[in-house]
Parts: sequence; C-alpha cells; structure tokens
Amino acid sequence: MKFVDDFRDTQRAMELKKAIHHLAAQLPDRGRPLQLMEFCGGHTHTIFRYTIEQMLPDNIEMVHGPGCPVCVLPMERVDICVELAKRPEVMLCTFGDAMRVPGHHGSLMQAKAAGADVRMVYSPLDALTLARNNPEREVVFFALGFETTAPSSALTVLLAEAQQVRNFSMICNHITTAPTIRAVLDAPDVLVDGFLAPGHVSMVIGTHPYDFITRDYGRPLVVTGFEPIDILQSIWMLLQQFVEGRCEVENQYARVVADDGNPQAIAAMEKVFEPLVATELRGLGTLDKAGQRIRDNYAHYDAEKRFEPQIAAFEPVPCGQCGSVVRGVMKPWQCTEFGTSCKPETPIGALMVSSEGACAAYYNYGDLQELLGRRDATANKQAEAPA
Amino acid sequence: MCLGIPGQISEITDPALMLAKVSVAGVKREINLACVVDEAHPVESCVGDWVLVHVGFAMSRIDADEAARTLEILDELGELNEQREAMQESMELNT
Repeated sequence: MKFVDDFRDTQRAMELKKAIHHLAAQLPDRGRPLQLMEFCGGHTHTIFRYTIEQMLPDNIEMVHGPGCPVCVLPMERVDICVELAKRPEVMLCTFGDAMRVPGHHGSLMQAKAAGADVRMVYSPLDALTLARNNPEREVVFFALGFETTAPSSALTVLLAEAQQVRNFSMICNHITTAPTIRAVLDAPDVLVDGFLAPGHVSMVIGTHPYDFITRDYGRPLVVTGFEPIDILQSIWMLLQQFVEGRCEVENQYARVVADDGNPQAIAAMEKVFEPLVATELRGLGTLDKAGQRIRDNYAHYDAEKRFEPQIAAFEPVPCGQCGSVVRGVMKPWQCTEFGTSCKPETPIGALMVSSEGACAAYYNYGDLQELLGRRDATANKQAEAPA
Repeated sequence: MCLGIPGQISEITDPALMLAKVSVAGVKREINLACVVDEAHPVESCVGDWVLVHVGFAMSRIDADEAARTLEILDELGELNEQREAMQESMELNT
C-alpha cells in the first residue's frame, strides 16, 4: 500500500486534497454522499494502491465501475472458447487475464491443464505469427477488451487478410465504452452523480462519445489520466462543476487525449467491426450496441461463423451480487461470498479475477479482517431490525 | 490490458507493414505503428519516438517526460512486471 507521502509530487497532492475538501464543504446537503464513478479498472487499481478514498471528505464517495473487460464477460463466452480449444486442430490464444475467467465448464487455464492447446499471448499479432508458423493448425484468438485493444484486433484481421493467412480467426468479444456507461445510467438503482472517464480508451475514441452523458443524463464527466495526481485533479474538476452548477465533458488528460481521438484506430475498428444489437454483459444485463462483431466482409476471420461452436444453454446464474457491485450499488465487501468462498485464487465472480476488478482491489489492498467484520456487523444489524 | 505501456522505437523493421522494434520495459519486441503514422509523420521518421503501446500496437505518441512518469506508475502498480512477463512468455512461444 502506498500513502500520499509516497506521491512523486506530495505537495501538489496535499494542495489538491485541501482544494477538494474546500469545494466539498460548499456542496448542498443531499442526504447522501456525492457518488463519483471511475469507470476504468485501471483507475480503480490506482485509487486503491494510493489510498485515494481515504483522502476524500465524508460527503464524496468513489464508486468502482464496470470498466474491466474480463469482469463483465459472460460465462457463455468462455464456454465457446473452451469448446473450440478442445478441438484437436485448434490452437486457442488469448491474453493472460482472460485465461482465468471461469465458464460453466471451467476456465481456459483449466482446459489447458486438461490437455487443450491454449496459449497465452501478449498481442493478437503473436497469435497471427503462430498461425503463420503452424499452417496445419487453426489458430483462434479470443479477442476482448474495450477500445484500447479493439483497434489492435481490427488491424490484425486486416493484416491477416493482406498476408492471406487463412488459418487465423477470432472469437470477438470487444465492447464499447459509451453504451456501457449508458447501461449504468439506465439501471434503476444507480445513484452515480458524475464520472471519471478512462484515459487510454479516450486516447482512442476522443472525448465526443461522452457528450450524451452531460446532454441527456445531466452528469458531468472528466477524462482522466491514471496517475494519483490525475485522479485527484479530476475529482477536483468534477467538484468545481457541481459547485458552479456546470455539467460538461472536460479533459484532464489533454497531454495524451485529443478531442477527436486516434483517427487511424477509429477507422480500423469501423472497417472490421459493427455493433451488435444485443450484448449480454455480466452484471449489466443485455445492452444495445455495446458489443462488436466482425463484419460480413471479414467473415472468414470470425471463428464463431467458421466453426459454429456448440455450447449448452444455461439459465443465467442469479448472481445479483456481482451485478450490484458492477453498478456501484453494493461494495465488494458487502457480498456474502467476498473473501470467504470468492478469492483471487478461487474466483467465483469475474470481479475477483482481474487485478483491475473492484473485488480483487478490495481483497488485495483492504484490511480483509476489518472488511469481513464490517460485513458481519451489518448483516447482524439487518437481522435484528424489524421487518 | 487497459493500460498502455511506454516504449521507445529503436528501428523500423518493415516500412510497408509499419512494423518497428520497440524497447518496452526492457524487452525488445516488434510493434505495429499503423495508428501513429500519417503523412505528416511517416514511418521512417519514428525512430527515437516514445509511444504508448497497447497489446503490440502503438496507440499514441508521447513525450519522454510523460513516458518516464507513466513507467514509474506502472511499476508501482505491478503492471510493468505483468506486461514484461506476458511479452517474454509470448516471445518464447513464438520461437
């Protein structure tokens, strides 16, 4: 754990902390804390690593959003990968995080242990190289992530086509940020008042895709870098908006994020992918236009079209607790599985899988005994309360 | 996979495919430059540039100071090691 004294720029951090407290004191009393959601799992990690929540006044609460692609991955998607990985001709490649996500028949890591040819790769380019080097095999890349990784997958498909690599394909599970934020805002129980938007996603998509959040939902948003100072500064910028009665998309991370994003990356994504009408995301339900599929022009690189994986249908597991955590209405430690049956080494929910997941962050950086004590105390209190 | 990692371009390996050797967290590997080159900044002029690399693709050009600060934070978050290991493992697999 790092404390504010360890910040590279301690003085700047202390100034921002003071300014945040000063502004927070001017907020009208709304009977509950002002909730600010950091959407991105990278931000969640920084907030915990540097104990930023402890620096905030009582009337400001950070809510940890769903911006961790492995955390919102439905089990069925993992099932498809496991089914294909078991076929003798298939070499299934994906990122390290994705290998640990549990499906109904285990994770890809477990499939590998049972003999399937599953490879961890750093980049889709590495999967393409494997395809080139192993022409007798079918190399299937399990592609996932928000707009930080989607351009890479799109460009790899274009490269495969340019080089006529025919034994390469993808299981596409890319999702887009703006519709996912919309799903958070449309949930009936959500109280989020403002957003810290992801820095590196915004570097790709720019700041304009967030305009609807201020315009249609009246929530201010600040595009934020992921240094602790960036996060403090963005919280301060959001509070200024609340105090001055403004509601705007602001860019704290302008040193990296251009308002128009990265045009080449956007063009590649648009060329290869198109939005799905309905996408199931864990904890968020079915979303409109959040998921991406490979366009018909590139159907040869769509593993689901080529191999038609057959998976058993499962009733959706009513793990309401993961969903409540993803939407920010429940803290990870309030979940009855947290830290007892659900741990990073034996995750039940995906929020425990990635180091960027909210539950893993609480588990790794929080005082576990204290959190579990707090949970049990709350449960006892609720049990005693008259119905 | 959500956080980019700074790397410095050391040589262009395939100008047509826009591939370059980039030193990322002490590991030299091939990176695709398609998203950071345009007419004003052709692939040949990229040597020495710092870029933010996401899963093998340069996504943005950054200055040396920003690169140094980002590397420091990634190191403290444990991400640098994670990505370095992923790159090494991935390279071994391909050789």
